[in-house]
Amino acid sequence: MSAPAPMVKAEGVHKRFGRLEVLRGISLEVARGEVMCIIGPSGSGKSTFLRTINHLEKINRGRLWVDGDLVGYVQRGDKLHELRDGDVSKRRAEIGMVFQRFNLFPHKTALENVIEAPRLVRGVAKGTALGEATALLERVGLADKLESYPSQLSGGQQQRVAIARALAMKPKLMLFDEPTSALDPELVGDVLDVMRDLARDGMTMIVVTHEMGFAREVGDSLVFMDEGVIVEAGDPREVLARPREPRTQAFLSKVL
Amino acid sequence: MVIVLVLAVSVGHSVATNPHFQWGQIGHFLFDGRITAGVVTTIELTLAAQAIGVVLGILLAVMRLSPNPVVSGGSWLYVWFFRGTPVLVQLLFWYNIAALFPSLNFGVPFGPQFIHISPNSVITGFMTVVLGLGLNEGAYMSEIVRAGIISVDEGQGEAALSLGMTRLQTMRRIVLPQAMRVILPPTGNETISMLKTTSLAYVIAGSDLLSVSQNIAAANYEIMQLLFVASIWYLALTSVLYVGQYYLERYYARGSSRELPPTPLQRIRRGIFSVRHDALATGPLDIARPHS
Repeated sequence: MSAPAPMVKAEGVHKRFGRLEVLRGISLEVARGEVMCIIGPSGSGKSTFLRTINHLEKINRGRLWVDGDLVGYVQRGDKLHELRDGDVSKRRAEIGMVFQRFNLFPHKTALENVIEAPRLVRGVAKGTALGEATALLERVGLADKLESYPSQLSGGQQQRVAIARALAMKPKLMLFDEPTSALDPELVGDVLDVMRDLARDGMTMIVVTHEMGFAREVGDSLVFMDEGVIVEAGDPREVLARPREPRTQAFLSKVL
Repeated sequence: MVIVLVLAVSVGHSVATNPHFQWGQIGHFLFDGRITAGVVTTIELTLAAQAIGVVLGILLAVMRLSPNPVVSGGSWLYVWFFRGTPVLVQLLFWYNIAALFPSLNFGVPFGPQFIHISPNSVITGFMTVVLGLGLNEGAYMSEIVRAGIISVDEGQGEAALSLGMTRLQTMRRIVLPQAMRVILPPTGNETISMLKTTSLAYVIAGSDLLSVSQNIAAANYEIMQLLFVASIWYLALTSVLYVGQYYLERYYARGSSRELPPTPLQRIRRGIFSVRHDALATGPLDIARPHS
């Protein structure tokens, strides 16, 4: 018996936008229940890499697996076939994503935001969906905001609704794309608390972030990316305290 | 200001007292049975043609934004053709379509035919106008809908896709409802324009408001009076459309601003209440106020 497949495995992932090479060979593994933090300067490709994991961006070269399945493709013999729209959607439904700018649906209340996908994609009965959504919103500390529209909520509250919305699909993996970068400093803590609880419950998480404190405290592993490659990776406490690479040292000296 | 008022009053006076206007005749024909039947036909034509236009417009806009070049190219070609030819030409074309296709057959291509019908029995005058104006309107509506779709933040579509929704579910449940805020005002414009464009039915002997009023005028020579009658009805109908548009826009503004402004009805109601309230509050003060 071999060990269970990693939740995410990347092998030489390349991504180009026109002539610009954004990812130039990313290889890594994320184990089940692991919390991986990705840091790096803007334009280093960390958000793009995150978006390839649920196929919001197609990769140009390399291989990418989530839970043992190729992302966006199916292998028959030695040829890769592109998955149909419906199959891509089915796989995406199992991966939650939280965006920097929340992207809540502004024409729906907090509760409606959370029940939308379970009802539409999974066909969950309305009563069940409402019950689960209410419990999730309570869990992120928004029991009194069920009927509020996003425009009536603060940034921190909106981001917590967005996390609840992603959790409503019962994902096996959560992707966070700079979840606190658009927040006022005093609202960051509430969102990080929710993420900390999630990590404690054993959720597999990949977090693109500038919150070094969160990476040090909650992260199981840390990846430093620059110019489309992984410069350094390892235990977050180790990398943050004693970076080996000069580029990592230069970056950390500016942000810490 | 004074000059404008004086002019308006003098024009109004001359219009009201000029015997050539024959106001009595205008009033008489306003609710004539033939005219009201024409009004009903005009409403039916407008609603049917605009409905075809909106449905077709949404379809064409979604097709146009498809990543498949055949699908988006087909949509482009349609819009190119129907925007590039006059709607009057299109109407005459549909009216005379039987000259090209004397019979319509439904069945297996090159095989047995099950149903034979003559286009002249399907394409009535009413159908010609609905089809002609509806197909033409689809081309214009598709550009309006496309503008609306483009106006919605890209992050909305990404969030929906990341939750496992398909492209079509994302469009129907997330993008289009938000696009409606941008789509509605020009669609109101289009509907009002459609209401008036139905009068083109006149050229193919239609039974709409303008056609029937012209028919009456042809018999009694009261041409100006009947044009007045038609205009009054057109104005009345467009006014009704304004109200409909107002409430539709309110519905799709949900969640966009923290509090919606009151509707005119609510405003009137509040006005009455606040006047009473003021009267009560200022009541005792009246004693001190000198009466003139």
